Amino acid sequence: MIARWSFAFLMLGQAAVAQGFAGLGTDAEGFSIPTRPTQFDFPADHGPHPTYRIEWWYLTATLTGDDGAEYGVQWTLFRSALAPETGAGWQSPQLWMGHAGLTTADRHFSAERLARGAIGQAGVTAAPFEAWIDNWHMTSRAPAGADALSALDLFADGDGFSYDLTLTADGPLVFQGDAGYSVKSAEGQASYYYSQPFYEVAGTLTLPEGPVAVTGTAWLDREWSSQPLSETQDGWDWFSLQFADGSRMMGFGLRDRSGDTYTAATWITPDGTATPYPDGALRLTPLGWAEVAGRRVSVEWRLELPARGVDITTVPLNPQSWMDVSVSYWEGPIRFSGTHEGRGYLEMTGYE
Amino acid sequence: MIRHALSGLIAHWRRHPGQLATLMTGLALATALWSGVQAINAEARSAYDRAAATLGQDQLARLTGAAGGAVEAETYVALRRAGVEVSPVITGVLRLGDQRLRIWGYDPLTIPQAAAPRVTPGDEGQGQIDLAAFLTEPGLLLVAEGTVLNDLPPGFPGLQVSGDVPPGSAFTDIATAGRLLQTSDPTYLLVAPDHSGMLPGDTGLRLEPPRSGDDIGRLTDSFHLNLTAFGLLAFAVGLFIVHGAIGLATEQRRTGIRTLRALGVPLRAVLGALALELAVIAVLAGAAGLILGYLIAGLLMPGVAGTLQGLYGADVPGTLRFSPEWAALAGGMTLAGAAMAGAQAFARIAAMPLLQPAQPRAWAVASGRGMARQGLAALALGLVALAILGLGDGLVAGFAFLAALLLASAIALPVVLSWLLGRISRLSWGVRAEWMLADARQQMPSLSLALMALLLALAANIGVSTMVGSFRVTFIGWLDQRLAAEIYVTTASPAEAEATRRYLEGRAETILPNVWAETDLFGRPADIYGIVDHPTYRDHWPLLSATPDVWDAVARGTGALVNEQTARRETMSLGDPLPIAPDVALPVVGIYSDYGNPNGQAIIALDLFRALYPEVEILRFGLRVPPEQVDAVTAGLREEVGLPADAVVNQAQVKAFSIGVFERTFQITGALNVLTLAVAGFAIWTSLLTLANMRLPQVAPVWAQGMTRRVLARMELGRAVLLAGLTFLLSVPVGLALAWALLAVVNVEAFGWRLPMRLFPGDWLGLLALALVAALIAAAFPARRLARLGPDRLLRVFANDR
Repeated sequence: MIARWSFAFLMLGQAAVAQGFAGLGTDAEGFSIPTRPTQFDFPADHGPHPTYRIEWWYLTATLTGDDGAEYGVQWTLFRSALAPETGAGWQSPQLWMGHAGLTTADRHFSAERLARGAIGQAGVTAAPFEAWIDNWHMTSRAPAGADALSALDLFADGDGFSYDLTLTADGPLVFQGDAGYSVKSAEGQASYYYSQPFYEVAGTLTLPEGPVAVTGTAWLDREWSSQPLSETQDGWDWFSLQFADGSRMMGFGLRDRSGDTYTAATWITPDGTATPYPDGALRLTPLGWAEVAGRRVSVEWRLELPARGVDITTVPLNPQSWMDVSVSYWEGPIRFSGTHEGRGYLEMTGYE
Repeated sequence: MIRHALSGLIAHWRRHPGQLATLMTGLALATALWSGVQAINAEARSAYDRAAATLGQDQLARLTGAAGGAVEAETYVALRRAGVEVSPVITGVLRLGDQRLRIWGYDPLTIPQAAAPRVTPGDEGQGQIDLAAFLTEPGLLLVAEGTVLNDLPPGFPGLQVSGDVPPGSAFTDIATAGRLLQTSDPTYLLVAPDHSGMLPGDTGLRLEPPRSGDDIGRLTDSFHLNLTAFGLLAFAVGLFIVHGAIGLATEQRRTGIRTLRALGVPLRAVLGALALELAVIAVLAGAAGLILGYLIAGLLMPGVAGTLQGLYGADVPGTLRFSPEWAALAGGMTLAGAAMAGAQAFARIAAMPLLQPAQPRAWAVASGRGMARQGLAALALGLVALAILGLGDGLVAGFAFLAALLLASAIALPVVLSWLLGRISRLSWGVRAEWMLADARQQMPSLSLALMALLLALAANIGVSTMVGSFRVTFIGWLDQRLAAEIYVTTASPAEAEATRRYLEGRAETILPNVWAETDLFGRPADIYGIVDHPTYRDHWPLLSATPDVWDAVARGTGALVNEQTARRETMSLGDPLPIAPDVALPVVGIYSDYGNPNGQAIIALDLFRALYPEVEILRFGLRVPPEQVDAVTAGLREEVGLPADAVVNQAQVKAFSIGVFERTFQITGALNVLTLAVAGFAIWTSLLTLANMRLPQVAPVWAQGMTRRVLARMELGRAVLLAGLTFLLSVPVGLALAWALLAVVNVEAFGWRLPMRLFPGDWLGLLALALVAALIAAAFPARRLARLGPDRLLRVFANDR
């Protein structure tokens, strides 16, 4: 998924400028590569890692309004490096891209911001923690001593919408894969990957009709790497799920051109204990298709994780949750039923 | 039926290939000059459009520093973080040796869609931009086709051709632009649509509305109208040739046409065949003319580019692109012109009585009544010209006046010439001379069109050269006044300026700061200068009008000087308030001439200037130095202060540069003058040539009375020279009227300055010689033919006499 994003980054909305851009190779020339065993250093690792090609701060929230309606919110800041170095002034190879989404049952809003690093228009500082691009921001308000990501203010706006949320985590950070080393293909491409899946959310969405007070839960992903996808992998389907008992689950499938799918999953108990599952433990089966932005996208899925007795079916809040940005993708809140019930978020990329 | 008529008619051209060639050449020449001028205009306009649309400046508002200066990078970031969608642009001129390149550095990450350059591959373009290369060192410059940069320093960005870049410009990433221009602060910020209202109140920035693209268009209008006028003039002269050739052909074909009609071919078929024939000729000649026009335009284009750059600072490519619309338009003009030129001949054929014997006769015998009518028409047109002058306003009225004036003189020409010849012949010159004059008068109607063409060409020549000459003399005098300082110094930084001042203490008599702020006067770009009180200004400044205490008022800060073009544009006179800054207005105490500057300009006291524009650094100086020390001080500034050679220039260099710009400005005018004159010469030649064949019945009796062919030929030459000379005499007043109109009407409208008119009789003598030589050359071939004409041909005139 990371190579896809780094490519996406360079489309930059100026299709003409990017026209014919040959794409960066998936080699990691000069860039650092994730290694095992992992050794995280906080709060520094909440901040950017300029020697890695691609990195993100990726937050999704499933919300319910005081009007009883369901909503979904996405806030993402991507960093993409053209070279493994920082610059000064305008000349910085570190580029930033923000995506914001807001989903209702019948509408989906999306917005995008781009900026270059080093001038202060966008960036991330580890202490005090703040991630921002233009007037969008994710700012820590955690008390001293607590993890910087345990309490956040979140803001973004776009054409026809804005949101202003406060997030408070009631659980620890969770490390995906092998203690934060997340393998993405059989060839071994990997990324550093940890999450904060335990946010309680309160705040306000502003829609064209006016403000709506909301509450709900949210999930933050932190991931960085340099050469993560195998050349034959076209895209991925990523799920974050919240179960009624407070358990969480993360699962993804990387679709290979050969028809195979590389899957991985993490089961997270309410106290934050994570159990990773290797390729094949999670089975993903598309069930229902929808025509979205001229593409055929699977919006209903069957998820099976037999090791945990999970066999569920997901349905989207809004099948047309299309992020209409430089490189577009599907991202929206879902509900699931079957052996378990709950809400979650689904991201699907690489549907051409 | 048409087929038979056609074959009967076409036979004529086989017998008279020269006539066909004349007809085709006339049409081709008319098309060539007209379409060439149009091609140049179209190319220039498309360049203006591209320049106006550069980075959306015609659509988006922009933010600049309070005095029009740069915006700090921190301010940009603060605005973005406040949620205002602004996008930074760093622009400036990069000098590479003697080349200059306008750099446009933008931020592809934030630029609003409306402003993003549409990067299109040019002919040499690759159609792809390597964005990673665009954004990282050394960067990438997108340049217009035909951009050649020599001796690039190491580490210079790569070049890539893109079809949408205006000539003389380069689009690049803002980081690359910042590096090349050595700045990090944006020159201005583009404001996304609908975001102007979101600006916080205390930015300290100035919001400028989108710049309409017609600024440069309006400035250059006069130039393009000028070109168009020349093009039309050439077209008209070409049509005279065509008209003559068609008329002659029609006369000679009268017999044939009568025969065809007598054989039962209906008039409609005859006319249809003639129209078809003319259309085919027009299409062929038009095509040839288009190719010729394209070549002419290609040859003139570098000169035009130089002219526009010098006069208006407008960047226009020195090369030409072919456009189908242009070709279609020019082709249409050719057809329409041919139809116009042929209309009279067609009408005559349509009116020709079928049974009347087809008498060969000169194609237009002037009767006294015809002459009188023509005289009246000329008079009426002259009155129209005066009326336009009295009532009209603006550039178009100025050119309409010129058109009416020229047309009136052209129509009046045969009447006046005929009258003059009559007067001359009354003086007793002897029989031969009297015959020659009478013969000349007799030929007047057939030659009149060619002579009109000559008159127009000569008058245009006199008019334009008088205008340019007056301009040059005034301009050089003005330069002498205005460039009073002996040395001009440009420093790069306040520190360097300080070092320069220290060095000059005791070495220069006076150091005159040369400082200005770029701002607006009455909503148009203008510069406001601050000056110290010094005799250099009091004694030399070229004031056109001023209050008695003008310099004291300026020194006290209670008055402002304004340049002539601003005063004229805003119809200001002494005492009117001039808004030099928001909330600050000073009365105008003087108006000065400021030639060659398209922008507004005002001058105020330096102290007041510094109070109004505290952020503007004083980096340039004019030095008053005793003449004998100029070289020493210049060398000292270069060697001891370390200023680069081009930062210290003496008065003579500045003058030479300014005059060079001036000369380039009028290059194109000179070239067009010569071309029009050449076309007129060709018109005379064709007229004389066709006339030669028809004149035998008039020449034969004189020959029979004993005058040798050689003498006759010499008289032929003499007559051509006489007519050309008389035409020249008449063209002088017309040309002077033209010059007056250009100086007093067109220039004032176009540039905002009025120039005193000067006369250059020496130039006229040269032009007279040129006209006479042209007439001699034109008459030489027919005269030579007459001299060698077989006596049998002359005798046959009597045999065939009916």
